[in-house]
Amino acid sequence: MDIAATLTTGFGFWNPLIWLAVLVVALVIAYIIWVYGESSYKPGTEQTKPYLSGNREPAAKRDVHLGGGHLYWGFTEALSGYYDRIVPLHTGVLTDYLLWFFGIAAALIIIVGLI
Amino acid sequence: MYYNLPFIIAAVIAVIGIAAMLFRHNLVKVIMGLSLVEAGVNLFLVALGYRIDAIAPIFTNAPSTDMVLPTVQAMTLTNIVIGIATTAMLLSFTMIIYKKYGSATTTTVRKLRG
Amino acid sequence: MTGDVILQNAPALLLAVPMLAAFATPFIGRYSAVARNIWVIAAMTLTAAIGFILAYDVFTAGTVIYTFGALDPASALPLDSGGIPIRIIFTVDAMSAFMVIIAAISGFAVMLYTMASESKSSGKDGFYALFLLLIVGIMGMVCTGDLFNFFVFLEINSLAGAALVAYRVDKGVAVEAGLKYAVISTIGGLFVLFSIALLYGQYNALNIAMLASSIQYTALDKIALVLLLAALAMKAGAVPMHFWTPDAYSMAPGSITALLVVASQASLYGVFRVVFTLYNVVLDYVTIGWIIIILGILSMFVGVTMALVQKDVKRLMAYHAVSQTGYMLLGLGVGLAVLGQQAALDTYGIVAMEGGIFHIINHAMYKGLLFLTAGAIIYRTGIRSLNKLGGLGHSMKWTMIFFIIGALAIAGIPPFSGFASKLLIYESVFLFSPVLSIIAMVVSILTLASFVKVFHSIFMGPALPEFAGVKEAPLPMLVGMGILAAITIAFGIAPELVVDTIVTPAALALVDQGGYIASVLGGA
Repeated sequence: MDIAATLTTGFGFWNPLIWLAVLVVALVIAYIIWVYGESSYKPGTEQTKPYLSGNREPAAKRDVHLGGGHLYWGFTEALSGYYDRIVPLHTGVLTDYLLWFFGIAAALIIIVGLI
Repeated sequence: MYYNLPFIIAAVIAVIGIAAMLFRHNLVKVIMGLSLVEAGVNLFLVALGYRIDAIAPIFTNAPSTDMVLPTVQAMTLTNIVIGIATTAMLLSFTMIIYKKYGSATTTTVRKLRG
Repeated sequence: MTGDVILQNAPALLLAVPMLAAFATPFIGRYSAVARNIWVIAAMTLTAAIGFILAYDVFTAGTVIYTFGALDPASALPLDSGGIPIRIIFTVDAMSAFMVIIAAISGFAVMLYTMASESKSSGKDGFYALFLLLIVGIMGMVCTGDLFNFFVFLEINSLAGAALVAYRVDKGVAVEAGLKYAVISTIGGLFVLFSIALLYGQYNALNIAMLASSIQYTALDKIALVLLLAALAMKAGAVPMHFWTPDAYSMAPGSITALLVVASQASLYGVFRVVFTLYNVVLDYVTIGWIIIILGILSMFVGVTMALVQKDVKRLMAYHAVSQTGYMLLGLGVGLAVLGQQAALDTYGIVAMEGGIFHIINHAMYKGLLFLTAGAIIYRTGIRSLNKLGGLGHSMKWTMIFFIIGALAIAGIPPFSGFASKLLIYESVFLFSPVLSIIAMVVSILTLASFVKVFHSIFMGPALPEFAGVKEAPLPMLVGMGILAAITIAFGIAPELVVDTIVTPAALALVDQGGYIASVLGGA
């Protein structure tokens, strides 16, 4: 069988090998541009220090690291209307799990029975 | 109507079991409810195979050929065995939870949530 | 000669080998731990090999029928039975074989992984016995052609799964997860049994093909359909019946979670088998199709949004498992909704189903891989909170690479495997309803976002002093992860090969109810 065959989706197609070839070409072009760049890198000067918006670098290394809880707080804040409803639904109470299950089963019986 | 009685009783038992699972918060009672639903399903299965004036489905020296259905009885037996295994496992889980949490109420056994 | 015997009895051996091995494991473990390890690895390898032989047979020679207790296993109908299959029959068609392949690969990789991940734990005799029983449950569910038999394997699956979830008591929290899983899957199992009883009471048959040929879609059939659908969708983890999934997945050992993914997919297979094979022609395609589509959309969206706010690495991945199940439900649901319209089915229905089915195997591979990497991190550090982990990329390089592969695949980044299956779903579903396709893409973006969070908080950052002693995961764990990673990449590079060889036959086998019936009852 031909590994290079394309996956047709009814709407378009997908061939990972062509995609990889394009990716390699793009990387080569990027590398060429990078090679022609100006080499002004000097170790041990201001250039190599991390720039934290003008703040001093924290002395302890762990202060640099951002834990998982710091990410996407803006996203959850913006969607707080949704999250305030959906998170409390996951109560962890076994009885609620059963209630949802029986409720869905009953709702499906009504839907399928009526239509 | 009269012949439907076993089915109605099976439904009643199952509904009692479901109600116990939904409205009782003690884990042991929830498991009792589960066993009741199981008993209801078992009764339903056995009632399905019943024939009036029929005998057990053993052909050796059978006085008549009206026999109850053996398949549902085999299914019921299998389900009873499965039910025993499940109930035993659930009750031992409840024991461990009671030992570790100091409670066996669904509203307090909820360290996993969110 | 021996080869012929194995080939002829492959469906029976597929269950007999792991079951016998499971019950022998505690006895061997009494004498020697090394012998037990060799025993369980050998049993799993043999099971996987038989699974592959069976699957190869199915994909080359068509549906395999195995009648238990018959002189000739291939003949389902005894001569004096009047055309009624009275024995328990295994009907392994392309869809079943597809699921067998998934279970074989995952089971083998996870078994290798457990050799290292469980090496410090006690009670391994029971652990491996339950592991093999879980394999039995999965294999039985996907192979059987008998509804009651399906219920029995479903219960084996649930019992072994719940026991394994609770196996490491973990201050009682794992037992809590196990209890929730066991209670809800037992009540689901009873629903399944009740609907089997309803069907048996009407048609006097338990054989799926026999039932499918005589089913009427009466009111009782509708109730049976709904109960089967609700119970199996719940076992597969569809929103809003998914609450047990994050609990059980997050508290089970990492290796077991990878296997629970496959166990849930066996239930998903049950959903599809019921709607496509058992009911098919009598169904109201649009209603049932849309029910499955809505369950899928809800699962995708709620799963991924809940995952974004999680702090426990395994709980986060568990919500992604819910979300990815939604893609499979969406693909197959679209296929079902257009089943009655031949033109639509040919244009995009089959493609949507191919996408959904392809996603099942991709999901089992990359999500298994992700759970295994999470297990490796917890094994080495003992910490599962994303807020406390950090800087592990310095010491666990291979684990990091495997994690990247899994994360890119689940987010649908080309050229990894998740992209190919998601593309099939997007483009075919777009022709059905553009809104659904757009939701699927948004969910995919959110998936990427949340895995960026996981990657950043676990592997990035400076090496932290508290993890100074952390080493790379042991070799057997790396090999287990490596197998799944290699498959993820291979499926991404050559998706067409996989789709043509195993996915399309599986999709066509699902659609072709007549073929399934004919393979058991004969005639056409």
